[in-house]
Amino acid sequence: MSSPEGDEQARATADAVARKSYGKLVAFLAARTRDVAGAEDALSEAFASALTDWTRNGCPQNPEAWLLTVARRKTIDMLRAARRHPSSSDELQLIEEALAAPTQGEIPDERLAMMFACAHPSIDAATRAPLMLQAVLGLDAKRIASAFLASPAAVSKRLVRAKQKIRQAGIPIRVPGREELPARLDTVLNAIYAAFSEGWTDPTGADAARRDLTEEALFLAGLVIVLLPEEPEALGLLALMLHAEARRRARRSDDGEFVPLAEQDQSLWDQAQIAEAEALLHRASQMGRIGRFQLEAAIQSAHVDRRRTGAANWSHVAELYKALYSLTGSPVVLINRALAIAEVDGPAAGLNAMPDQTVEPRLTEYQPYWAARSELLARTGAFQEARRANEIATGLERDPAVRRFLERQRFASPE
Amino acid sequence: MQYLLLLHAEEAGFGRMTPEQQQQGMAAYMAYTEALIKAGAYKGSNRLQFVSTATTVRVVEGKTQVLDGPYADSKEQLGGYFLIDVPDLDAALSWAARCPGASHGIIEVRPVWEMTTPAKAVA
Repeated sequence: MSSPEGDEQARATADAVARKSYGKLVAFLAARTRDVAGAEDALSEAFASALTDWTRNGCPQNPEAWLLTVARRKTIDMLRAARRHPSSSDELQLIEEALAAPTQGEIPDERLAMMFACAHPSIDAATRAPLMLQAVLGLDAKRIASAFLASPAAVSKRLVRAKQKIRQAGIPIRVPGREELPARLDTVLNAIYAAFSEGWTDPTGADAARRDLTEEALFLAGLVIVLLPEEPEALGLLALMLHAEARRRARRSDDGEFVPLAEQDQSLWDQAQIAEAEALLHRASQMGRIGRFQLEAAIQSAHVDRRRTGAANWSHVAELYKALYSLTGSPVVLINRALAIAEVDGPAAGLNAMPDQTVEPRLTEYQPYWAARSELLARTGAFQEARRANEIATGLERDPAVRRFLERQRFASPE
Repeated sequence: MQYLLLLHAEEAGFGRMTPEQQQQGMAAYMAYTEALIKAGAYKGSNRLQFVSTATTVRVVEGKTQVLDGPYADSKEQLGGYFLIDVPDLDAALSWAARCPGASHGIIEVRPVWEMTTPAKAVA
């Protein structure tokens, strides 16, 4: 019989299983049908049945297995309804067999395979992170849209199209073989980092949807590491994100003002996260395969070390940026390297090392370029030019706290 | 699944090659075709005559319009195709990358819209 306690227990169990198993169940079904949207539909129907059934009959011993059984049956029903050509029954039978294959004990975890499908090079690059957040973590389009500053309708449409492409183009839901793995893992890690960066651009953490995204990204990177423990770049990515996350509280003063790294209160840093990041980076370095994320994490580690010990390590930082530039060729890296060089050889040397915006026209709209120029110019005594660069930087910034920080710098400089 | 590999290249390039280079090029395609057959992935292929031989046809309000030239004018032209049958997109992409055409042009990989022919296992 249905009772309020039974209702509540059924709902609580369903919520707990959803959090723990959603991505696993979607991946299991979709890996066999290649139909991500179909798997999501089957699973949400299974959850709906669970609420009625569990309320009436009590929660099953193994709720995850219960949901999978129901979702499998719904998937097969949907497949049968969708096939009108009798000639495709061979294929249907094979899918049914794959779905029905007994799963002894634990349901196999195919979330990593799903992540590779979501970040497949044939999926539009901007859709990879949103798709991963939806298919692996079950985030809805509305939440993803608010995190990525996009309209829910547009995000929905992109997700639908990407899932159609997985099915129609035959994108395998599978971890690629050894030969392809490095390049393909790169796209997975980049998508995770894109999700993290979206969360990170809301530094006050006022917007819950965006703050959560950094946690989701940390979770996804953790998952990659558990399933691919020998990949140093995955370790490097998690180390990099933990370093950034560890300093979150120190990035803003109590009244919401931006606090640069050099002035941050170290007691606000999360020491456990920093220790974990350092351990991951150390583990990665033992593997002897350097990469972009390991270098970026090493730079964060050097910043932390400098603040802790007070010992200047700018030439080491400049070296790390140089290595990073040789891997990425990114002008953004050159800006940071120039700032490090300025600490070692003076602001004029730093200015010399800055990338040229006439060669890299994209830099004319890039706030950190103008902020760095302004700072270096002011330090060489070219105050007028510095003020102009500072104004452009302020005009390009979307975070009001950083805008105020830039304005304070401008008015602090002598006329 | 079946995929059509559409080979696009600047067709004037062929004319600029020496006879030896042309022969080498043909041999590379022969070897590629042979490898596809050996792997059981080959369904068919053809090289097309240059776009200067193309004619386009359409029927507008019951009237047939015939025009000289290709449908789309572009720097690279469709010069041939391979039809292959492989388990998934990744397999199709790795065959596309091995195709000699990928080194002197661009290959578009398109899944075939399955109609009545039974598809291969996906599981």
